[in-house]
Amino acid sequence: MNSTVIKHYVDQFQHLQKELISDQLQAHRQSAIELLQETGFPTMRQENWKYTDVRPITGKLFNTTTVDPEKISTETFDNLRLHELDCHELVFINGRYSAGHSILKALPEGVVIKDLASALKDHPQLIAEHLSGFSAAEHNGFSALNTAFIRDGALICLPPNAVIEKPINLLYLSGLNDQPFASHPRNLIILSENSQVTVIESYIGLNDSDYFTNTVTEVCMKQNAHLQHYKIQQESMQAYHIGSLKITQAKDSQVESHSISLGGALVRNDIHSLLEAEGAGIRMNGLYMATGKQHVDNHTRVDHMRPHTSSHEIYRGVLNDHARGVFNGKVVVHKDAQKTDAVQSNANLLLSDNAEVDTKPELEIYADDVKCAHGATVGQLDQDMLFYLRSRSIDENTAKSLLTFAFADEVIRRINLDPIRKRLEYQVIGRLPEADLIREFAA
Amino acid sequence: MATKSQDVETLVKKEYAHGFVTEIDADTVAPGLNEDVIRLISHKKNEPEWLLEWRLKAYRHWLTMEEPKWAHVHYNPIDFQEISYYSAPKSTNDAPKSLDEVDPKLLETYEKLGIPLHEQKMLAGVAVDAVFDSVSVATTFKKKLAEAGVIFCPFSEAVQEHPELVKKYLGSVVPAADNFYAALNSAVFTDGSFCYIPKNTRCPMELSTYFRINASKTGQFERTLIVADEGSHVSYLEGCTAPMRDENQLHAAVVELIALDNATIKYSTVQNWYPGDENGKGGIYNFVTKRGDCRGVNSHISWTQVETGSAITWKYPSCLLKGDNSVGEFYSVAVTNNYQQADTGTKMIHLGKNTRSTIISKGISAGHGQNAYRGLVKISKNAANARNYTQCDSLLMGDRCGAHTFPYIEARNASAQVEHEATTSKIGDDQLFYCMQRGIAEEDAVHMIVNGFCKEVFKELPMEFAVEAQKLLSVTLEGAVG
Repeated sequence: MNSTVIKHYVDQFQHLQKELISDQLQAHRQSAIELLQETGFPTMRQENWKYTDVRPITGKLFNTTTVDPEKISTETFDNLRLHELDCHELVFINGRYSAGHSILKALPEGVVIKDLASALKDHPQLIAEHLSGFSAAEHNGFSALNTAFIRDGALICLPPNAVIEKPINLLYLSGLNDQPFASHPRNLIILSENSQVTVIESYIGLNDSDYFTNTVTEVCMKQNAHLQHYKIQQESMQAYHIGSLKITQAKDSQVESHSISLGGALVRNDIHSLLEAEGAGIRMNGLYMATGKQHVDNHTRVDHMRPHTSSHEIYRGVLNDHARGVFNGKVVVHKDAQKTDAVQSNANLLLSDNAEVDTKPELEIYADDVKCAHGATVGQLDQDMLFYLRSRSIDENTAKSLLTFAFADEVIRRINLDPIRKRLEYQVIGRLPEADLIREFAA
Repeated sequence: MATKSQDVETLVKKEYAHGFVTEIDADTVAPGLNEDVIRLISHKKNEPEWLLEWRLKAYRHWLTMEEPKWAHVHYNPIDFQEISYYSAPKSTNDAPKSLDEVDPKLLETYEKLGIPLHEQKMLAGVAVDAVFDSVSVATTFKKKLAEAGVIFCPFSEAVQEHPELVKKYLGSVVPAADNFYAALNSAVFTDGSFCYIPKNTRCPMELSTYFRINASKTGQFERTLIVADEGSHVSYLEGCTAPMRDENQLHAAVVELIALDNATIKYSTVQNWYPGDENGKGGIYNFVTKRGDCRGVNSHISWTQVETGSAITWKYPSCLLKGDNSVGEFYSVAVTNNYQQADTGTKMIHLGKNTRSTIISKGISAGHGQNAYRGLVKISKNAANARNYTQCDSLLMGDRCGAHTFPYIEARNASAQVEHEATTSKIGDDQLFYCMQRGIAEEDAVHMIVNGFCKEVFKELPMEFAVEAQKLLSVTLEGAVG
């Protein structure tokens, strides 16, 4: 069925191979393209893709592309940068690193923050070692495709005890191309013992162009490492976005993940965390807002492999018009993982009769001394609350917007980087009717 | 409390009390499945041509189907050619008209099982249509039911006497090609129960059947069809016990419920097929398709099940909420001990307006038992104001068992309200300590806590069943507490 598109990518691969022939990762790429040929892209017959039809992506032939960075005006850039936030910024345009736009500030000794292409020259061994963490069974067609085209992305590597106070912003800008194109960014974050960092991945569409972002981020956390990870997805409304985040966590390591999905025509976010040692924990907050004909799919999976591990998850969705939201959260408590503490909740707001939500919170538990709970709800705005606001002479649209914002803010307010939280609140309100009024209320 | 625990102990010592085999000449067809076997079954049952055609169609479709693999259970593949598809006690050839004519050996079996054929009057209110292997032997209380206009008879009899009703409703809820095991059942089902409650009638008594697998290597393929006409009400009980066997036996039943306008059907099950021994050897494979169709407005279908037996339980009693304002309910207690596996749950398909459903599922896992809840709540586009509440709780006893939850929620209407909640816990040390400190023995304390955990479901069961269910629970969990 998708043999045409696979052939298309194989051809592209062979073309790329000539360019990158001498590079250390050639073996990785080769086995990944073979895997893709073998497994193909996922279909709705697979349980993990039951509610998401990827044929809009596999039915198109995306090319690789480059864009002259000069085409993007400084004004555009100024709007996109996080001015309020003092941060390191790596800028990628259509998947390729743009050194000219990136800002790297002074770093503690031993810390590596680099684009992957130059890191491949300087630290080939480090990268090769950590990339092999992906097993064949975990690969789906898209992550295999990403591995086959590893070229650009970011490498963040912290030595033991390093603490980077300034967040690192990975800014992926896409658009400004006439032809449909694909980019396959790959990020690698390696945190040694006791290190701490905040990483922001922003995916932003520059205009309404048709493109496909296929991104993979791998995180390797050593003992007592701390990571705050943000993924802010604001692709163009015509764009396709498939992204996965895979984290392995050693003893006492802590992750806080925030995933905010606002853009994209067809979006799939995967987060998979392996809590491999005692004391490891993860918090996952997620918000998806979809309208028009958007389709947003969030899959999370946490494996509690050892005792005394914890996971807390809150995902919320707001679906309007013909939009469709999918949530699948899986918590697996392995045999010896006693004293696991896992909480998961997914709440959805359906604002239109044509919108749809498919949610599936799963628990798989093989240990007895655990505290596990999950909940899922689908509903609409509370009539009593609406009445309360209306009875205080707030018109219907404003009242609805206010309540919708309050629902979404339950996730956003957990973000503790002020500039990001404020910006997101501003953007979320911007999507609602009577935005200006609400801003006044909310401020 | 003290007497209760004695009961438990005596029951435990009995091992599996219902594990005996009555030796009766059975008219058994050689193992194997092909069109001739189906023709033979149909011929033996003296069935009309359309039913044979229906069976053959189901069989042909079955051949094209693959065994489903998605459930969270593991077992050795079943060889469908090794099963004998027909077994009837010989002495029923000239059907008995009263108890005196029934083979005394059969009566003895029933006595051991405690089916009150002799004590009907004492147990008034329960009519028993006992199914011994595949052919019904005795039917009681028929007269009283007939006065009310209720038809309650073995399925094969219904085919002969009420073909128009059977033809109209058979397969209308679970189509012959619905799934692998339903198709198999449709092709080879031998008997079962048929029940029709006429308009505006409240069935004068609780209806019940006892199923029992007896002849070795005989899969049981029961077919139950219950039709509640407009404004009627019926409560139906089903209970199972099975003799001890080493080989796995397949049980693939189909139950269809149809509730027309303003009708209510309450279907209760206590399932206690042989679960296999403590090493997971033997036991029944219970792969059942149960589905209720709330076809009329204001109709109501309620499933209550207590699943303590079977090596593998795989069933999802479901409700199609088609009529406006219809109500579906599912109350379940599933217990797995030793190496038992259960993958059970429900589907609530909301199609009509203002439809409501409630799901309460309690899973208890002990030993190496694996217990999964799998449920679907689907709110279709036109199901305005649909409402669902789901709660599934798991209780874990022992560190080698598993409890899993796979709830699917699909909502397509903005006025729908769906809630799902699940928790997993074990019996807390503090709870046990509290009870023991007040002089309650550990075992009794566990018994109390487990019963409390299941209370919400047990209170939905008819009285006699509720008592039986509690006993079963303690027997099943014996040895799980250390």
